[in-house]
Amino acid sequence: MTTTIESPELIEPEEPGASDGHGTGGHGPDEHGHDASHAHYEGPTGILNWLTSTDHKVIGKSYMITSLVLFFIAGGMALIIRGQLSNPTSSLVNFQTYNELFTMHGSLMLYLFAGPFAFGGLANYIVPIQIGAPDMAFPRLNALSYWLYLGGSSIMTLSFVVAGGAASFGWVAYAPLSNAINSPGAGTDMWLMSLGLTGFSAIFTGVNLVATIFYLRAPGMTMFRVPIFSWNMLVTGILILIAFPVLFGAVVMLFCDRHFGTHIYSVSGGGVPVLWQHLFWFFGHPEVYILALPYFGIVTDIIPVFSRKPLFGYRGMVFATLSIAALSTGVWAHHMFTTGVVLLPFFSLLSYLIAVPTGIKFFNWIGTMWGGQLSFQTPMLFSMGFLFAFLMGGVTGVLLASPPVDFMTHDTYFVVAHFHQVLIGTTVFAGFAGFYFWYPKMYGRMLSERLGKIHFWLLFIGFWVTFIPQYIVGLDGMPRRIADYLPGNGWTGLNVISTVGAMIIGASFLFFLANLVTSWRKPVPAGDNPWDGGALEWFTSSPPPHHNFTHLPPIRSERPTWDYNHPEHRKDESHGDKRHREHDKETVGANS
Amino acid sequence: MRASGAILAIIGVFFGIMGIVYWFTSYEDAGFLMLMGSALLGILPGGYYLWWSKRMKPLEGDLPDASVSDGEGVIDSFPGSSIWPFLLGMGAMFATLTFIFGLWLAPIALALGLSAVIGAVVESRRGGTV
Amino acid sequence: MYPTYGASRGVTTQGQDTFKLYSGMMTTGVIVGGLVGVLILWTIIRYRRRSDEMPKQFHENIPIEILYTGIPVIIVAFLFLFTVITENKVDATVPANARVTSTGTPVLDVKVTAFQWGWRFDYLRNNVSISGDVTNGPDHHGPQMVVPVGQTVQVTLVSNDVIHGFYVRDFNFSRYALPGVVNTFDLDVVHTGTFPGQCTQICGLYHTEMLFSVRAVTPAAFQSWAAGERASGHTLQRQPEPAANTPPADTNVTPSSALAAPSSKKGSL
Repeated sequence: MTTTIESPELIEPEEPGASDGHGTGGHGPDEHGHDASHAHYEGPTGILNWLTSTDHKVIGKSYMITSLVLFFIAGGMALIIRGQLSNPTSSLVNFQTYNELFTMHGSLMLYLFAGPFAFGGLANYIVPIQIGAPDMAFPRLNALSYWLYLGGSSIMTLSFVVAGGAASFGWVAYAPLSNAINSPGAGTDMWLMSLGLTGFSAIFTGVNLVATIFYLRAPGMTMFRVPIFSWNMLVTGILILIAFPVLFGAVVMLFCDRHFGTHIYSVSGGGVPVLWQHLFWFFGHPEVYILALPYFGIVTDIIPVFSRKPLFGYRGMVFATLSIAALSTGVWAHHMFTTGVVLLPFFSLLSYLIAVPTGIKFFNWIGTMWGGQLSFQTPMLFSMGFLFAFLMGGVTGVLLASPPVDFMTHDTYFVVAHFHQVLIGTTVFAGFAGFYFWYPKMYGRMLSERLGKIHFWLLFIGFWVTFIPQYIVGLDGMPRRIADYLPGNGWTGLNVISTVGAMIIGASFLFFLANLVTSWRKPVPAGDNPWDGGALEWFTSSPPPHHNFTHLPPIRSERPTWDYNHPEHRKDESHGDKRHREHDKETVGANS
Repeated sequence: MRASGAILAIIGVFFGIMGIVYWFTSYEDAGFLMLMGSALLGILPGGYYLWWSKRMKPLEGDLPDASVSDGEGVIDSFPGSSIWPFLLGMGAMFATLTFIFGLWLAPIALALGLSAVIGAVVESRRGGTV
Repeated sequence: MYPTYGASRGVTTQGQDTFKLYSGMMTTGVIVGGLVGVLILWTIIRYRRRSDEMPKQFHENIPIEILYTGIPVIIVAFLFLFTVITENKVDATVPANARVTSTGTPVLDVKVTAFQWGWRFDYLRNNVSISGDVTNGPDHHGPQMVVPVGQTVQVTLVSNDVIHGFYVRDFNFSRYALPGVVNTFDLDVVHTGTFPGQCTQICGLYHTEMLFSVRAVTPAAFQSWAAGERASGHTLQRQPEPAANTPPADTNVTPSSALAAPSSKKGSL
């Protein structure tokens, strides 16, 4: 049925003196005795609810669960890969299986976990609530994009069982290795079709995010009061709209080359193989930021909460996000420096320039913590893990912007270590920071701090033990995507250390699973605002009611819930309306 | 509206400039066309928003001093629950599988896809149903 | 002056230039990254929660924000400058078919063909052709490319099937062999020795075993090596172009046929 949504009611803050000042308890509607009847849900329940729901919260959770399952499958593949490499003469898997494993590890992690977990899962759940909207702008399109994603993911995962096995050309599928002669078999076609389906799913989600953030902001939630997580999701949505159609076009052309006799990427028919790389990386580099920006947003939302301070340099952060997005579309060929057919200085300069807005973000995060009262609960710990991981990945990334250094390290384990540090730093450290941060909001129950901290420390240690040796072995000449190496290469010791690290990472996730099980068997109620958060999602109940809000506080800064709970620390809104500014001053003045 | 339009338009203009610089430094057509496509992707909707932002009442969400009570009343109609996105998604999945495993899958894809399209249209017309 | 940070100092002049750039950038990276890391650590320790007192709620500090935007711009501008200088040295090639460089160094032309899954080195002016692939046995180290030190080796890199990567760790250099594209680069090897190389771009089932090596010898030793190879029949005429997707039979074994034509075109050396 179609539900007509009435706007939530305004709820004015209590007199500052009457407030406890720290907002440890919730200030949701129940506390104020209002009923939630005008937003109640009258739909099917159980499995039918899962199949038919257009509620962004249900879809967001489906996205998150699906992508986490795929994350664990791909992580298992990584452990097999590390097992194979721990010994120069290992025969754990044969060459063909090894090639399939690293291809599917990369494909599952990049296409099916990292992106969808952020823009399909967390963003779908959190963005509408953060901006005070009742749902996404196009709820049925949102549901469709989840089903396309599930269909695409199933096709890709099941490609292991078809004759000829899964795709085995690396997640970048360079032509002509991916053509019908070199990669026959249904596995490659399933890989391509999966990209088509999940690509459309991403495009629909991108459209939805942009439309939602542009049009469904609550009254007073101007663009420059939107929390940075939602800002980053807006920019991610725009990047999706730029990047994924190109990927789709490239994939369709490759499919035509394989089956319909075209010669777009084949030399023999007058085609250009390197065109695939241009198209792929025109998608692929924005994709890197599609994977990174949401996670920057998560960290940017978490650090102020656990520092008890507002974000330092809000406008700088927005500017940095926009410039990263803009620059990221002009740097695709830095993945193609060693092809010898691209213009080096143009791409080198733009790649270097991305370091500047990224640096701004770093200093803004430090500035936010500066002078704060930092408490290191699990989400904050994971955010700190992100800072260190991304710092290392970022510094080595600057090196790779230089074509000569890229010639030297391209396709060695140096690059492998670099992008794993960046991607694990963002998707795993920041991603799980977000998961620990918003889990109480999504399920109304807390996760165990003790298990969360064990998870973090094992992951953090395993992360460095895994990837520092990979930098060294890469500089020593070990190329990526090789299934074994000679004992005389002298790479054995470093690879053994790296494999041990990977096992530690694997073990850390057992504590994560244990944490989930514990929270389901012995629920600890979370309350509406367990972290004393400032954005709107912490104003509503945990989990939020159908259509999210029965009441909204006045929105006068990017931290409306904080302003409501801590009226004495309310931001003096300098770019607000004069009348309100004076009104706010009076209120603050009268009570200080 | 103005901020949203400006963001898109500025990004679009940036890509346009980059595309022109890229063309005159490399003469490589794939990248140039993609940059120009991205420029249009920013400029067209951005320009549309900017054009409208001068001709319509500003959204409550864009007013710094708007209060929740200013937006009182009906926000919009949102569909409750609907089975059609699921069927359409499965239809799309079977359609792609048809390309791989042969035409025998086409009837399933067509049945799912067509029923979902018809169902979704009817649902929208009569106000939605499960 | 230039710490290695785990990399090779390079055995070609190009590799040495790259190494210096790498080392300098790494030093910059260690300093900048180290400072930021220490700053984060110090912030974490200094401002950990000690009381329930509410900290000062400041939002921005424009001068500091401009400072930490400006300083990175200056750093990357310098990095870009050094990059362009090094890149011009590394990418410079002598004109095609030149016999000597502008400074009088002799030029040796080698056409390198990468194929699934092996390498073929054609010494166009010496009438020598060396080829080898994965069928050489489980412990093989692939075919060997022999080059003279003190001369400019101009490599023309091609592929007839899929993309391969020509990579020698001690040259600090790699380049793709792209079907339909002829890539040319110069190597000025300065040290004698044997340097392992390997395909770096996934190229199918036996990508792992697509090894080769480069042996740098003195010009005199190179000449006698070339003569020996010609005598054993490893000449250009004896080596058919490898067809796509069909690795040639073991070509390192000297053919027993006595029809090997004597070299008709002498190289420049």
